Amino acid sequence: MKEELQLLEKEAIEKIEQATDMKELQSIKVAYLGKKGSLTSVLRGMGKLSKEERPVIGELANKVRETITNAIEQKNEGLEQAVLEEKLQKEAIDVTLPGRPVPTGGPHLLTKIVEEIEDLFIGMGFEVREGPEVETDYFNFEALNLPKDHPARDMQDTFYITNELLLRTHTSPVQARTMKAYDDSKSVKMICPGKVYRRDTDDATHSHQFTQIEGLFVDKDVKMSDLKGILDTFAKKLFGEDRQIRLRPSFFPFTEPSVEMDISCKVCNGDGCSVCKGSGWIEILGAGMVHPNVLSMAGYDPKVYSGFAFGMGPERIAMLKYGIKDIRQFYTNDVRFLKQFHNA
Amino acid sequence: MLVSLNWLKNYVDIDGISPEVLAEKITKTGIEVDGIEYIAEKSSNVVVGYVESCEKHPNADKLNLCQVDVGDEENLQIICGAPNVAQGQKVAVAKPGAVLPGNFKIKKVKLRGVESNGMICSLQELGIDEKYVPKDVAEGIFVFPNDVIVGESVEPLLNLNDAVLEFDLTPNRADCLSMLGVAYEVAAILNQPVKLPDESLETSEDSVRNHVEVEVEDPELNPYYGAFLIKNIEVKPAPLWMRNYLMAAGIRPINNVVDITNYVLLEYGQPLHAFDYDRLNSNKIVVRQAKNGEKIITLDEVERSLTEENLVITNGQDPIALAGVMGGANSEVTDQTTNVLLEAAFFNPSSIRRTVKQTGLRSEASTRYEKGIDPNRVKRAGIRAAQLLHQYAGGSVLDEVVEFDALDRDEKVVSMDADEINKRLGTEITNEEMGKILNRLGFNFDQNKSDFTIYVPTRRGDITIFEDMLEEVARIYGYDNLPFTLPQGTSQAGGLSDEQRLKREVKGFLQGTGLMETTTYSLTNEKLIRTLVSPEVKEMEPQPVELAMPMSEDHKYLRLSILPELLQSVAYNRARNQSDVAYYEIGSVFLTKEKELTTQPNEQLRLAGALTGKWLEHPWQQEVKPVDFYVIKGIVEGLFDQLQMPVDFDQAIIPDMHPGRCATISMDGEVIGFLGQLHPTLEKEMSLKETYVFDINMEAVIGAYSNVPNYSQIPKYPSISRDVAFIMDDNVKAGDVKEIIESTGTPLVKQVQIFDLYKGDNLPEGKKSVAYNLLYQDPEKTLKDDEVEESFQKIIQTVNDIFDAYVRF
Ligand SMILES: [Zn+2]
Repeated sequence: MKEELQLLEKEAIEKIEQATDMKELQSIKVAYLGKKGSLTSVLRGMGKLSKEERPVIGELANKVRETITNAIEQKNEGLEQAVLEEKLQKEAIDVTLPGRPVPTGGPHLLTKIVEEIEDLFIGMGFEVREGPEVETDYFNFEALNLPKDHPARDMQDTFYITNELLLRTHTSPVQARTMKAYDDSKSVKMICPGKVYRRDTDDATHSHQFTQIEGLFVDKDVKMSDLKGILDTFAKKLFGEDRQIRLRPSFFPFTEPSVEMDISCKVCNGDGCSVCKGSGWIEILGAGMVHPNVLSMAGYDPKVYSGFAFGMGPERIAMLKYGIKDIRQFYTNDVRFLKQFHNA
Repeated sequence: MLVSLNWLKNYVDIDGISPEVLAEKITKTGIEVDGIEYIAEKSSNVVVGYVESCEKHPNADKLNLCQVDVGDEENLQIICGAPNVAQGQKVAVAKPGAVLPGNFKIKKVKLRGVESNGMICSLQELGIDEKYVPKDVAEGIFVFPNDVIVGESVEPLLNLNDAVLEFDLTPNRADCLSMLGVAYEVAAILNQPVKLPDESLETSEDSVRNHVEVEVEDPELNPYYGAFLIKNIEVKPAPLWMRNYLMAAGIRPINNVVDITNYVLLEYGQPLHAFDYDRLNSNKIVVRQAKNGEKIITLDEVERSLTEENLVITNGQDPIALAGVMGGANSEVTDQTTNVLLEAAFFNPSSIRRTVKQTGLRSEASTRYEKGIDPNRVKRAGIRAAQLLHQYAGGSVLDEVVEFDALDRDEKVVSMDADEINKRLGTEITNEEMGKILNRLGFNFDQNKSDFTIYVPTRRGDITIFEDMLEEVARIYGYDNLPFTLPQGTSQAGGLSDEQRLKREVKGFLQGTGLMETTTYSLTNEKLIRTLVSPEVKEMEPQPVELAMPMSEDHKYLRLSILPELLQSVAYNRARNQSDVAYYEIGSVFLTKEKELTTQPNEQLRLAGALTGKWLEHPWQQEVKPVDFYVIKGIVEGLFDQLQMPVDFDQAIIPDMHPGRCATISMDGEVIGFLGQLHPTLEKEMSLKETYVFDINMEAVIGAYSNVPNYSQIPKYPSISRDVAFIMDDNVKAGDVKEIIESTGTPLVKQVQIFDLYKGDNLPEGKKSVAYNLLYQDPEKTLKDDEVEESFQKIIQTVNDIFDAYVRF
């Protein structure tokens, strides 16, 4: 009987090893270990054995069952793995095919520039103010030290609606409006972005509508060196730490002294090139110390308060930064133009 | 202002400074120099030659064969085609080996069999701009006056080595509209003295008083009028040096009389006018306002009709000049003129400005009068011109000047506290340094420690207050020398207002969904101004705000809606084969009820969007989603969801919109905008394909916005989900049914979603099936089945009652 069991085990193991799928393995299991299986029928003959032989054979039979069971389990695992593997193989895809696109939008380039500048000045404690685009002659001109007959009014061609109402030619009226809105003991620290309008024929360098950002800081004892310090900080943050600034005299009716700020040319590092027209410097903004007439008209005593103001054009800054040649591109909204600056 | 450096050298020492360095210094300290122009490109080996003989070329009618003495041992034989070449002339000769501008090399050549050893040059060939070349030599070679020396280089003689700085003058620096003004400026920058021109005058015994009377009606308009009389002059070309300077300054030389008045105008900044004394037909000058309708023919031969606004110079009867702007043709100096009446006057700037605006005539003279001239130079300029007329026109200057004089010539006094200057600039300039700066500027002053009293020269009319002195000191001290400081004292937290933050949030959301921001023009045209105005705006009957003087018909009205210009942008892209566009813009529209605007319009912030073409495209998976109504509705719903603001959408008929695919957007029962598809007729008109738009009043959104979210506890008890499909008439709105389910199911029904819409085979004609998913939840306890069932049945019953809709099994 012992031989019979050993033979059975050998035969079963061989069959298990040769099994190629789980169905076959299942039938092997039934054939050897099932109720009508070979092992069971061998064990049925146990009654004929002697008392001494019975436990020995019994133990052997259990061992054989265990061995076969283990072998089946092991084989089963292997077969399952193979099946899974085969399934996954079949599921393989071409990873080089393009993914499903998600809609992508983005801000207008001018918004990016404006928000970048806003955030820079917010970081320096400025608030952001806004004002109307249809202005009164008073706030657009008179409150800024530009009385009706002033020759400097010729510097700007104005879209008038009536004699007293016009499209603002600059964001500067917000200076006067902000100061007027405050009581006269409060310091003013604001910037004001917005649309402005000039009576110009649209071409590559002129636009009847464009953007400005105005800044104003009024307090006791504000110095011109403070203006230089603030502008230097601003220019370095916006254009890079290695940029230098310089101030040179200019004229605006609402500031005295008035200056223009240049930054050293990034292309040639100040040596002179076509971008800076050989000068090594690029004009970025106009600025100055607030004119005493502007302060007093807004209710601030120029003997006690002083301040500075500055103004710049985001279009010009964008054109310099990205080499855009035609200002009209900001307003025609060509998809191919807008897209390029979504992550600029 | 064009500043010839050779000319400038007469008044201030600039030797040893290159034009580039000088330009940089001037730009940094005072006036922006826009460019440097060299009169002529470098030429070499061009000298004065004397034409000893001039005969016809044996083989060519139009050519001349000249023998020219150029100071060398042998004469040069030169063939010259110029019509004006003649024996006895002194001319500019480019010798063999010479190089003319444009790298034009002169060689020995044979012309029609005869040798030519060089070239006789015109001014143009020497590099002078055609437009400044005097008319008498424009068609041929240039002929020198007799006093030049044969063999001398022509370069200095013709001022070809000059560099000209182009000043970009700001309106306050009218003082630099004169060479003397520029000289003071440059002298201050370089710390050099100014050399003034010779103002001595030799006069005859006879006095002007015997020949001229001057009368001024309104001293306000004409505080000074001086008349000089110069007799027996000869009209001829002005001296070469003067013509050179004028050409460098951009003025074409004419004759000595005109050139001298122009020269002194540029030198002193004082406009002068020369009348032909004998053509005045009177011995009287009367300055008065013109009569309405009075006529004058000005020097440019245009007849001009005048008004009382214009100031005229008359002979006591008729206008002979438009004061300060242009002379009259009837008294113009001609070749035959022998006696000249020279006017040196001061006219009121505003009066001149009005005349210039009215006539559109702008001259070198009027520009200076408009900006204000130096009262202390008026008479001196007259004297200087009289002297030059004596010297270069051979005239005798009559004694004295007949004048009307009510002119204020006092220097303005400005006090300047040096400590205050330092406080305002952030500097530590000593009192002594401060004094030195004032000396450089040529300002007289008294000083008591830090207290300065400045006597501002009248040439600097722009300086009237302390802050003007602050600028003078700062720029001469040098802006480069100011320290960098940051403001002390008051510090406040900056930042965005809630409104500005919300604007950024809205932009961020829309961009996240795939919309691109645009910037369009606020001004639109007549055709589009009333297009797609939102119903709640239209209801208030806004009047478009129209510009008084638009620049073009395209940009004439302030917009009532962002959409028309936004759609123009979409059409612009379509025309360039960019057919998938998803745009939005936030900006103001301008609302008023006034036909004639008397107060500022209400600038209402609105948010508009326009979408067309494909919304999503994934071709190899056969997925293409065109933009449709539900795409934009989804975006708008998403936005309000994000902002936690409930809004309603109601079917609406709006002009220019598709009548079946358009809805208003309402918040708390108030319409705040609309959305939908454009009417196909408008689409066609604007060259658009199927396009969807939305337009929302951002101010209503801002008003309703709270940056504190409506937080509710996350429910602890499980929810129960029920689905139901109703069969209803086609024209019943799925959303209306949803609302009834919500209101009937409240408070247990927390959410209702539409998840299926079916029309077709198994349904009767004109019916549809809409499936709803209901989510039941009680925040306080676990729901019981019979509670839910009771509510569910009630909903089915109510929907059936109201809409005649029944449950589909
Ligand atoms: Zn450069």
